[in-house]
Amino acid sequence: MSKIDAARLGMHAKRKRTNAIALTLSLGAMAFGVFWLIWILFETIYLGIGGLSWATFTEMTPPPQSEGGGLANALFGSFVMVSLATLIGTPVGILAGVYLAEYGQKTWLGSTVRFINDILLSAPSIVVGLFVYAIIVAKMHTFSGLAGSLSLALLVIPVVIRTTENMLSLVPNALREAAYALGTPKWKVILSITLKAARAGVITGVLLALARVSGETAPLLFTALNNQFWSTDLTRPMANLPKTIYDFAMNPDQHLQQLAWAGVFMITVGVLLLNILARVLFKNKH
Amino acid sequence: MAAILPADDAGNVDRSEPQPQSMKPQPPRRRVAPWADAVFAALSQGAAWLTLAMMVGIIGSLIVGAAPALKAFGLGFLTTAEWDPVQEKFGGLAMIYGTVATSFIALVIAVPVSFGIAVFLTELSPGWLKRPLGIAIELLAAVPSIVYGMWGLLVFGPILATFVQAPLQSLLSGVPVLGALVSGPPVGIGILSAGIILAIMIIPFIASVMRDVFEVTPPMLKESAYGLGATTWEVVSKVVLPYTKTGVVGGIMLGLGRALGETMAVTFVIGNMTQLRSLSVFEAASSITATLANEFAEAGEGLHQASLMYLGLVLFLITFVVLAISKILLLRLKRNEGARS
Repeated sequence: MSKIDAARLGMHAKRKRTNAIALTLSLGAMAFGVFWLIWILFETIYLGIGGLSWATFTEMTPPPQSEGGGLANALFGSFVMVSLATLIGTPVGILAGVYLAEYGQKTWLGSTVRFINDILLSAPSIVVGLFVYAIIVAKMHTFSGLAGSLSLALLVIPVVIRTTENMLSLVPNALREAAYALGTPKWKVILSITLKAARAGVITGVLLALARVSGETAPLLFTALNNQFWSTDLTRPMANLPKTIYDFAMNPDQHLQQLAWAGVFMITVGVLLLNILARVLFKNKH
Repeated sequence: MAAILPADDAGNVDRSEPQPQSMKPQPPRRRVAPWADAVFAALSQGAAWLTLAMMVGIIGSLIVGAAPALKAFGLGFLTTAEWDPVQEKFGGLAMIYGTVATSFIALVIAVPVSFGIAVFLTELSPGWLKRPLGIAIELLAAVPSIVYGMWGLLVFGPILATFVQAPLQSLLSGVPVLGALVSGPPVGIGILSAGIILAIMIIPFIASVMRDVFEVTPPMLKESAYGLGATTWEVVSKVVLPYTKTGVVGGIMLGLGRALGETMAVTFVIGNMTQLRSLSVFEAASSITATLANEFAEAGEGLHQASLMYLGLVLFLITFVVLAISKILLLRLKRNEGARS
């Protein structure tokens, strides 16, 4: 075998070796990612189910160093604030998404809003809390459920805008043109043709937004604060699940930590189910 | 490669066809709500303006809120580490350091792992596994940060302390610089835990952006490389990566933006001690977000609250710049792609 052949074979072996190493590392990275997901889910389910009981749903949050108690007021408060946030955020988000997809794709306003919206999508949620604190809590001189809902709504809007615009731009132009050819006014084309065609996608976006805000804690810390009692007054501090979990998890009391795990379990399961539902819905349609 | 030449938005077709105006001369037929068009257009445009107003409002309210601190400390706020609410002396360096250090650790871990995951999902994975694994990674992104935080504090922290910190301390005790870097009580909180948990949280974001941009590489380019006998790794490193590098950097910046602004997961595990005396990665420290989460609700109006607003402003401006760069890079890749078709 000549020298050149040997060098060639060596080169070949080296390339194959590099390839094998790189691909093994890539496989390892994938395993690494899935490993954390499984570990976190396992701990959450294992410790969460342990803390779950009927009282979790029926009793109020307990003070430290006491027996019993549940998360009823926190669950209720979270439910109220998240629903209100979705009710406020969805229409605004869909309208702005419609603007981006149907009216202003190429306008100055359209491209600016698109850019800003993508930044808001990933902007720190705690800063949104600061903003709502400055415009509502500081003015009303009290923490309130309303401020909490509003800060969550501000987080819903960018998610809904993004998905609405994406979904509307998937609707074929021929559909719009056919409707216009029949003399349909633009608002009717949008409401009963394009939005209807993109319905599944838009609902997916709303579900994803819902999933995102149900677990949000940071913006609630200084807007809704927390409440140890059953609270339905939106102008007063309102109990909510994430903040309760935060307080209980930081507490050395084992009993409270167990309740926190139960809360974390409920949030995780709820959020993951919403995500899976959104995906299934979207896949069936497309 | 003509494909990389910049070009106009050829792929973007203007869909907003002007309204048919030719109806006017005809005899007026019954039209349902003739004002509806204008109202609907105004409403949707108003909603778009609202998004802009939100951004302006956030920045504006932060500046107004921070004004007393801006006046009292100026830019020196960013370079002093003293944080003493009692004597009303505030400086943000310790928190800024905490935020930057945790995000840096997160990126060091997350970038190679995300790259590996993206390569696996685009080049290696058998077709039937692609979707479930992709979804699993995306679900990891959906898990709320408070879950990561609690898991990090109560499950991961102790394990890190026992199996990483203790061995490192016994190994490095007495070594001048490294020894100091790993000192601290063995409870598993501090910069390192926060960085690792942030890494787990941003892996899905970076990995799914990388996967998406890898998939825009034209199959023709890849197939010609394979046809010349290139190995999978050579195709990835010499064809896919150069073609998508702006997108890859954009994805990394997106992850960085997330890491900088993440609150709950960090607050749980960083220890919330405003200090810069010990740079040990196992010593309790604080970040901008954690300080805000801990102190803002209790801070009285005045200089303390203004200083916290100042911190919020700094955080927002940093993340704004990082996310804007990310967005611009990703847009650039998209535009190049448009030129090809």
